[in-house]
Amino acid sequence: MSKEIDSLSGVERFEDPGLPEHKHRKSDSDAIAANRAERQVAILFLLSALGTVGTIASYIFIDTKKFIYLPILGDTNAAQLALGTGLAASLFFIGIAAVHWAKTLMPDEEVIAERHEFRSSDEDRSDFVKTVKERAGAAGLGRRSLIKRSMGVALGLVGLSPLVLLRDLGPLPKKELSTTNWASGVRLVTDPGGQPIKGTDLEIGSVAQVLPQLPEGTERSLENIGKDAVLLIRIRPEEFNLNAERLSWTYNGIIAFSKICSHMGCAVALYEQQTKHLLCPCHQSTFDVTRAAKVIFGPAARPLPQLAIGVDSEGYLVAKQAFTEPVGPSFWERNSA
Amino acid sequence: MRVNRFRRNKFAGPVLVVAALLTIGSAFSIASALPSAQKTEVSAQSTLVDEGKQIFLKGCSSCHGLNAEGGAIAPSLIGVGAAAVDFQVGTGRMPMADMSQQAMRKKPIYDAKQTAALAAYVASLAPGPATVDPTSLTWERDGNVAQGGELFRTNCAMCHNFAAQGGALTNGKYAPTLMGVEPQHIYEAMITGPQSMPKFSDKTITPAEKLSIIKWIKSAQSEPAIGGASLGRVGPVTEGLLIWTFGLGLLIAVAVWLATKAR
Amino acid sequence: MKKSEQVAGNVASYIDDRTGAAGWAKKNLTKVFPDHWSFMLGEIALYSFVILLLSGTFLTFWFDPSQQEVVYNGTYAPLSHVTMSASYASTLHISFDVRGGLLMRQIHHWAALIFMAAIVVHLLRVFFTGAFRKPREANWLIGIGLLTLGIVEGFLGYSLPDDLLSGTGIRIAEAIIQAIPVVGSYLAFFAFGGAFPGHVFIPRIYIVHVLLLPGIFLALITVHLMLVWYQKHTQYPGPGRKETNVVGYPLMPVYMAKAGGFFFIVFGVTAFLGAVASINPIWLYGPYTPGQISAGSQPDWYMGWLDGLVRMAPPLETHAFGHTISWNILIPGLIIPGILFTGMALYPFIESWISGDKNEHHLLDRPRNVPNRTALGAMSLSFMLISLINGGNDVIATHFHLTINGIMWFTRFGLFIVPPIVFIITKRICLSLQRADREIVLHGRETGRLVMTPAGEFLEVHEELTPEQKWTLTQHAQPAALALPSEDAHGTRSKSAGIKGKLRARMSEANASQVAAPTAEQAKELEGGHH
Repeated sequence: MSKEIDSLSGVERFEDPGLPEHKHRKSDSDAIAANRAERQVAILFLLSALGTVGTIASYIFIDTKKFIYLPILGDTNAAQLALGTGLAASLFFIGIAAVHWAKTLMPDEEVIAERHEFRSSDEDRSDFVKTVKERAGAAGLGRRSLIKRSMGVALGLVGLSPLVLLRDLGPLPKKELSTTNWASGVRLVTDPGGQPIKGTDLEIGSVAQVLPQLPEGTERSLENIGKDAVLLIRIRPEEFNLNAERLSWTYNGIIAFSKICSHMGCAVALYEQQTKHLLCPCHQSTFDVTRAAKVIFGPAARPLPQLAIGVDSEGYLVAKQAFTEPVGPSFWERNSA
Repeated sequence: MRVNRFRRNKFAGPVLVVAALLTIGSAFSIASALPSAQKTEVSAQSTLVDEGKQIFLKGCSSCHGLNAEGGAIAPSLIGVGAAAVDFQVGTGRMPMADMSQQAMRKKPIYDAKQTAALAAYVASLAPGPATVDPTSLTWERDGNVAQGGELFRTNCAMCHNFAAQGGALTNGKYAPTLMGVEPQHIYEAMITGPQSMPKFSDKTITPAEKLSIIKWIKSAQSEPAIGGASLGRVGPVTEGLLIWTFGLGLLIAVAVWLATKAR
Repeated sequence: MKKSEQVAGNVASYIDDRTGAAGWAKKNLTKVFPDHWSFMLGEIALYSFVILLLSGTFLTFWFDPSQQEVVYNGTYAPLSHVTMSASYASTLHISFDVRGGLLMRQIHHWAALIFMAAIVVHLLRVFFTGAFRKPREANWLIGIGLLTLGIVEGFLGYSLPDDLLSGTGIRIAEAIIQAIPVVGSYLAFFAFGGAFPGHVFIPRIYIVHVLLLPGIFLALITVHLMLVWYQKHTQYPGPGRKETNVVGYPLMPVYMAKAGGFFFIVFGVTAFLGAVASINPIWLYGPYTPGQISAGSQPDWYMGWLDGLVRMAPPLETHAFGHTISWNILIPGLIIPGILFTGMALYPFIESWISGDKNEHHLLDRPRNVPNRTALGAMSLSFMLISLINGGNDVIATHFHLTINGIMWFTRFGLFIVPPIVFIITKRICLSLQRADREIVLHGRETGRLVMTPAGEFLEVHEELTPEQKWTLTQHAQPAALALPSEDAHGTRSKSAGIKGKLRARMSEANASQVAAPTAEQAKELEGGHH
């Protein structure tokens, strides 16, 4: 064995003693051990077969409505459990058998294979470069600059047409992100239920989820709910800490906010009656109801839009005007703070 | 196991139900005008109120004030009604064990009779929602489970989670799990709005709809393990935890076995 | 000749007559693969991918990727007569009315979680052992690509059932698209065919999920494996293991049996999970509508760190000239992930630029011998972990009686404070381990046995390491810091090159500060002194 000398410092390093001598397994020398291993592998394969039989049997014979009690799991669907564990066993034991076979009975002497350096010979490399240059030259890529440039233009542009073809994936946003179905005089109706609410229906400390009443015969789409959902909260009027305008948007202690988070559009509805805080469960922005949903914690940058409400001649709660700002998450064209 | 903890209340429920039935039904009438014809009942009622007052003075007044007017650390109980008392005391939340962020559900300290007396006393201070009569909660017969689910997801799931397992609120407060909660307590919570929870008025969620909500909660509670171990029904967090511990752990263990030489 | 051998011979000559593949096959059937458990991590990912293809195909037979509204009247009573999308209804149908359907759904979802987890641990193995070094940079890049696409594919997959949780996830994805400056709202409207949620998004992501991305996966995985095959697998250092060889077992039969068997084991474990553990119980979530939400709405774990970052973002928006830029979405949702993944992709090139090392490497590093890389990896991991913790802060808060606000503030500061500390500690641990290696090579292993010398002194017996152990602990190269010319070729100093050069020199110097591996000479000197 040659002594390895560190090329950098020139000091003598430890020697590589080479691959340790192969240690034979029991099953290599002992026929009994080998036979035992063979039997073990066979048993494992048979367990797999049993698993398959079990799977098919449970598919045919076990009622899907049958539940059995098991510790930890509780009442468990028998069909699902039997089918799954049977399938798992039929697969798992094939794997264990194969690996056990490989470990105990297949040759386990480590083999050394030599690597070859990937780098080609210098000759080949220079030949390759020469060839490329020659062929490129033959095409005139270097000389004919007009072709080169026009080709660049063509290839650069050709990718645009598929992009343009994708244009009809959807309509332009226009005013869609900024408008809702709320307008002056539109009644607030419960969600779900669709019943109009009177100003006296809400007790202090109560909340209600509402939507705008749509004209007779109009179907409410999810797109509408995604913009129109509003949360009503009633507190003691003296607890409000609002400017005169915002106070005039409330009615008898009832304040209405868009339920669609100004951060990423989740439904903000975790109302804490004692602290008068609203929490969004997605990213935990917290809004103070008494201060017009001012953000007091979390990533939201804007208060929830407030809806001006009042009552109509019959005493039902109505919107006094549309939202004065777009509801939901921000977007580039949004023009208000 | 989680289920067993709730089973403990199994007997408390019916007892509470009977006692509440006998006593509280008329407690409300104290607050309104007293018809002279019901003198015997009135005297029975006033004994109950007196009894409740004694318990209150001993167990509650140090925080809520001698006349339940509230104090620096506890709210006024005037006008909260018998339902609020039945919920808070009946679920063991009151009296509080310590001054933590939020009263926890625990084994009730007062028995059904004492709870009823307390409720009668508080109801005598000012009108408020009456204790819910459990026999009036015909949720099993009248509730609509699918409608209850819709209502639950719109009004309750945001705090109590999609499967009523509870969830986090701000600053350490939380919405408790609804597993194993007695139907009348669920109902009382909806009408009285205990602690952080808002009230849900009968006009926006009708009594019939409230029964549907109870039916859905009970259906979710009794739902068997359809797909196997529930992992707490708290969403992807526990699923991820299981895959990184059991799933990957087992596979790596097999890989280690696979790569070790046999002897 | 036995009958079976004759048949095998006939098959072989049939194939070779038509392809001339005998030479190639002979060489490759005896191809050598080194054996180590950590080399199986990538295989777990590969096999879960196959499981995903199989179980996913099963699911497509019943799944209806449509957002048309239908009224449910299947077996699951708590949703009876509820209006929902056809995709949600068909997922309920698979779960309750197709025998084994729920099992397959659960296997599919568990396999997806295993797939992503295996990719991550495989990536960590490759990173910490330096397996990405020349000539394997391309495979590192493919790996990063697979990881990125895996996150997208997983997200699209669990979005398909259109349940309340996944709909919330789509809502958030839409908000991220919408937040992109200038074109955001247009892109969102194109993707969703109008306002959110629309009727086309799920059919569209369905085809991406079942055709486009799996196709790209197949192509990338094929190239990934072909490169492993062609470049031969790396191996851990040890006696007899050189840069110029590969020591292990031949493909046929040992590796075939082991790798093939491992596929069945991975499938078996996944099926077991599918049988006993519920995952994504969509029937409890209910159908999606934008007005509803559940407490504790989180994504699957591989997106959890992203959600955690979004949660801890400061409430920043810019409003100017009638336009809005949402930094609170862009920074955590696009900019930080962009920087992280770009940095990860470029890492092999950055490292080789710093070290000036242009050699091929087939022997892996022991992580302790490359303290800076190991510390950087641990630091990045801690960054991800802190983000991930915040992604589950509500569940953590309720289970450990903490507050979401407290966890949020902890992670907001922790994100900046913990990773540097982890870097320093990891580096110190690495250097201590190097020192420990040096000690035991020179002085042997402490046995804990005391002997009394004739003079009455007590000495602990030190057991000398075997030559194999000594070699393993000292074989690594410890290159000196780069000696960089402070001036460029023309003898002039350009300012930018100066800064870049200085940075490179500093980092190279930092890489070179290591505990010197002991040499045979030192060992001999000590031996002379001892006895």
